Formats: sequence, C-alpha cells, structure tokens
Amino acid sequence: MAEANLYGGLLGGLLIGLAATLLLLVNGRIAGISGILAGLITSKFTSEWFWRAAFVIGLVCGAAFHAWLRGAIPLQHQAGTSLLLLAGLLVGFGTRLGSGCTSGHGVCGLARRSPRSLAATATFIACGILTVYLMRHVF
Amino acid sequence: MLPAISSFALGILFGLGLSISQMTDPARVIGFLDIAGRWDPTLICVMGGALAATLPFFPWIQKRQKTLLGEPLRLPIQSRIDARLIIGAAIFGIGWGLAGLCPGPALANLASASPGIVLFVLAMIAGQWLALRLGSR
Repeated sequence: MAEANLYGGLLGGLLIGLAATLLLLVNGRIAGISGILAGLITSKFTSEWFWRAAFVIGLVCGAAFHAWLRGAIPLQHQAGTSLLLLAGLLVGFGTRLGSGCTSGHGVCGLARRSPRSLAATATFIACGILTVYLMRHVF
Repeated sequence: MLPAISSFALGILFGLGLSISQMTDPARVIGFLDIAGRWDPTLICVMGGALAATLPFFPWIQKRQKTLLGEPLRLPIQSRIDARLIIGAAIFGIGWGLAGLCPGPALANLASASPGIVLFVLAMIAGQWLALRLGSR
C-alpha cells in the first residue's frame, strides 16, 4: 500500500459523518449500511423500501461519480474468489446477528454514546486484526 | 417521495466520503487491520472525521420529537450487551479481515463492476438472509 491517505481520510470521514447526521435529522434514520440493506430484503415495496433503495443507489452513484472525476477506482482485492465468497457470507450473517456494521455501530452507535455499539465495535475491530494477523503472519 | 430524494442525496454524500477516504479499497482496510505489517492509519482519520461530524450533533437531534420531514425518529431500542451481539460482531470482524470489505464499501464498489465485488455482495445478502431466517430482528 502507498502512503497513508490522512487528509483524504479525514475529509471522507467528515462527509460520511455529515451524511449520517443529516440522515438522522431529515429522515430520522440511522445510517447503518447493513441495516439499510437488510431492510430491502425484509420490507415490502412501500416507502420503507424506497428510501433504502434510494440510499443504496446513491451510494453507488457517489462512488461512480468520484471514479469518473479521478478516472479510476483504486480497488485492490485482498482475497481470491472462494475467500471473497466466504467473507461476504460472514459479513452478511455477522452484521445481522450483531445488528450492525462499521457505519451503524462504529459511527452512528458511538455518536449515540451506545455502550452496545462500543462493545460491538471493539469486538469486530479486534477480530478483524486477529484474522489479518493469522492470514498474513501465521498461515 | 421526499424521504427517498433526501436519502438518495445522502447516499451520494456517503459514497463520496467512502471513495475520497479510499475506504472502498480493501488494501487500505487490511493495511489498518495489519498491525504487525506496514500499518496504515488512514481508517483512524476516517473514524475521527466521521465522529467529528456526528458526535456533537446526535444528542441534539435525538432530543427532537420529529425529523425535518415531520416524521418520528426511528432509533435502535436494544441496549443489552448479549452473546448474540458479541458473536455477531466477531463473525463480522472475521469476514471483514478476510476480504477487507464491510457493507458500505462493498455496495459502493458495485460502481467498479468488479466481478469479485458482485460475488461478495451476493454472498453478503445471502448471509443476511440466512441470519434473518434463523431469528429475525
């Protein structure tokens, strides 16, 4: 990996936080991506479904717009096909069982000062670090 | 209609944030999680920026009775730290460490039309569906 993207990280983080704050203020919803996605599976085609679909489409459009501006999407896969499949299953299953992901627990939950989200965030970061350690430095 | 328009606009903002911070690149995320390798602190800056733009405002918004669109706020009601939360977060963390992708960046990366991303997203939806089948909440 190249040098750390400190300023881009800070600016991007501010935009993510601004989007989460405005989603709560305007729509009254928590910007937890796993929860927004899960609601697309469980809710019928009502307004409940449409705001979620609109958010996900917006997410893709935002990334596409940035890629168009910069001419490329920096995307370096760190896993092969079967590992990506397994990882996707674990991420989907775990975020539902644990009711949230990096955005729902890690950003919005901490902003709500939720001890539950703090426990979840500490757990998934610790398990992520342990997994990478085992994959890169042990096996 | 209005909630869909605002959430579309905020989805764009969120997607821009993920792209500008390069959290859409699994190499950045693995770089952060790899504390024994060449550690990449970028994710700390992203969390810091995101919390700076949420922490001061959430309590104030949560005290409001209604949203700007006049609807009631929908906040999580659970407060118990139980085995389900911790096991779920642990499983998520393992998947996150394996591929360097969490739900937001995975969905935003659909913009790249990378077959690996499409595969990951489909598997993620299948995983969610499975968890919801086993006992929804």
